[in-house]
Amino acid sequence: MTSRNKSARAHRAGTVPYLFLAPAMALFTLFMALPIGYTIYLSLRRTKVSGLGLGKGARKEIFAGLGNYAAAVGDGELWAGWLRVLAYGALVLVLMLGLALVFALMLDAAHVRLARLTRISIFLPYAVPGVAATLMWGFLYLPSLSPFGDHPFLSADLVTFSMANVAVWGGTGFNMLVLYTNLRAVPREYYEAARIDGASELGIALRIKIPILAPSIILTTVFSVIATVQVFTEPTTLRPLTNTISSTWSPLMKVYRDAFVTGDLYSAAATSMVIAAISLVLSFGFLRIVKNHAFGEG
Amino acid sequence: MRVNRLAVAAAAILTATLATACSGGSDEPSAPAASQSAAPAGPVKLTYWTWVPNMDKIVAVWNQAHPDIQVEVSKQAGGDDAAAKFLTAAKAGNPPDLVQAEYQMLPSFVAADAVADLTAETTQVKGEFSEGIWSLVTLGTDAVYAVPQDSGPMMLYYRKDLFEKYGIAVPKTWDEYAEAARTVHKKDPKVFLGTFSSKDPGWFAGLSQQAGAQWWSISGDAWKVAVNDEATKKVASYWGGLVKEGVIDGMPYFTPEWNKALNDGKLLTWPSAVWGPGVLSANAPKGKDKWAIAPLPQWNAGENYSGFWGGSSTAVAAKSPNKAAAARFATWLNTDPEALGLLIKEGAIYPASAKGAALMTGAPDYFSSQPDFWQQAASIGATARGFTFGPNVNVTYNAYKDAFDKAVAAKSDFAAAVQAMQDATIADMQKSGFTLAQ
Repeated sequence: MTSRNKSARAHRAGTVPYLFLAPAMALFTLFMALPIGYTIYLSLRRTKVSGLGLGKGARKEIFAGLGNYAAAVGDGELWAGWLRVLAYGALVLVLMLGLALVFALMLDAAHVRLARLTRISIFLPYAVPGVAATLMWGFLYLPSLSPFGDHPFLSADLVTFSMANVAVWGGTGFNMLVLYTNLRAVPREYYEAARIDGASELGIALRIKIPILAPSIILTTVFSVIATVQVFTEPTTLRPLTNTISSTWSPLMKVYRDAFVTGDLYSAAATSMVIAAISLVLSFGFLRIVKNHAFGEG
Repeated sequence: MRVNRLAVAAAAILTATLATACSGGSDEPSAPAASQSAAPAGPVKLTYWTWVPNMDKIVAVWNQAHPDIQVEVSKQAGGDDAAAKFLTAAKAGNPPDLVQAEYQMLPSFVAADAVADLTAETTQVKGEFSEGIWSLVTLGTDAVYAVPQDSGPMMLYYRKDLFEKYGIAVPKTWDEYAEAARTVHKKDPKVFLGTFSSKDPGWFAGLSQQAGAQWWSISGDAWKVAVNDEATKKVASYWGGLVKEGVIDGMPYFTPEWNKALNDGKLLTWPSAVWGPGVLSANAPKGKDKWAIAPLPQWNAGENYSGFWGGSSTAVAAKSPNKAAAARFATWLNTDPEALGLLIKEGAIYPASAKGAALMTGAPDYFSSQPDFWQQAASIGATARGFTFGPNVNVTYNAYKDAFDKAVAAKSDFAAAVQAMQDATIADMQKSGFTLAQ
């Protein structure tokens, strides 16, 4: 092999991967990097009004430094929103993933009748768009329209549970399907061996199936954490029906309010960067804690 | 090594992004150079954002008569979303030539430099409008930022038949209203005389206007903000007391529950505006011919005041290249007898112009048992006190919803909610740099 030949091949190996990567990079730049960059730019600016603020040139856009970030981090309402989302998220994560796991294990157990029908009926709510689902539940929650009678589903004490219920109802089926599909891929011989050794169905579920499912459980948990951090549809849709949900109930609602209700795009940009940072920390933090289980590294 | 290269690439992308973003964002002040060319070659084309139903039919009449100025209607959803959309379009440099602007949103449009000053084009039509309505489009300055279109003087809608059933008279004062609320609720705990809506700041603003509030005013070169003035606190405390007592319900307007209560005769009154018949006929069909109108109850016996809830105007975008043509259309639409007739008939609006209000005849179908509906409405409308809206009404209104939501849910002090509105308004204006008077 001559040295010329070698360098030519090295050269080729150098460009081809980038050629393959180019479409992905272009899309990433266009739809991720550019908008994020523009958001960062906006978050560093603010409007400056002089005098009455009426007429030409009374309103200017100026550089604000980190002022918007300081305001976002120092805003008690934003942190109160995080606390509300934390309570809501804990409910949703535990209930939704717990139910998804139980349903997946039950459907996978031997001799289940009507497994297909049950599977579809549990999954079906996932196909209902969030707004429609929330409206439907909203009507069920309203005292004078509810078939459940005069219950305070939307009172300050219960509204978090009522909202979590909508998310659990909508999300359980999807998570169950991820877990169930994973279970179906496990060779049946494992279970047979366990049965020959005298394991009960419950024992198989606890000692074999759940450990095998660990990576999928972690995956669905990460997805669910990201989804709960971004909770917006349920509270926004229920808000007009009750007076127990404020315009800043969740952090994303505050971003929406700042950007489109009170017209402060700059604060909204800064707050959304803070939210992005927090959700990165949460999801990567979780992955780090459980990484031994998630990727089988040790 | 590979990681490093990736990081460099990512950094390069980000820098490029920032550079384009910077150059993209800073084109604010160089736009209005090519406005108003003397003689346009072809017919002028105008775009018009509005949510008045059947506006395309009304515009067709104009287009027929004015081949040189063709207007194209783009139907909007209305409300706060429409205002946000217009502000965004104006900021992006791509607004429609004409836009329907609710009175309370107009100051934000002016503050964002999104609408044109029409003083020269509107001197001839100024006399068509009452003082109170005209001040809504001048904001108390010498400029004119829009042509008034419709207005929403407030009145009391009440269930005639149920008033008889429960043996109460139409309340003349708010004290009588409170007394009637107690009577009704005592006779049937499931029935309320009315409800306090924490979702409708415009409604509360109208009631405060009636009491003589002046939330914003201009003194010299500074804004004076008095959302927490005595009149407003009086109104808030009055309703807060009734909610706390439990004789007035706390459910918001326009919800499915509210519709049902209206339809089932569980709500006996609605202090609302002149556009109420449309809402009632759509949401409470069973109440047809059972509702009647009266002036709002008064704070002091013998007084005769009302306030405005809603109403909108036609504004011309500051960046429109055809401002003169757009202003001509806006004045025609809102002052020409033919256009006013069409607005009433096709658009079902209550015109702001005095000439237009006089054209209202018959009665809304829902109120066919009250043939003098429009005459009554006109005499009530003449008593409406308005006020100047400020440049950040959206902030104040949002604070209303949040603060009163909490106050109604907790049955706590309504005056504190008014203070929260004042604080939010002031904080936002200070942050932006408005000059504030003490």
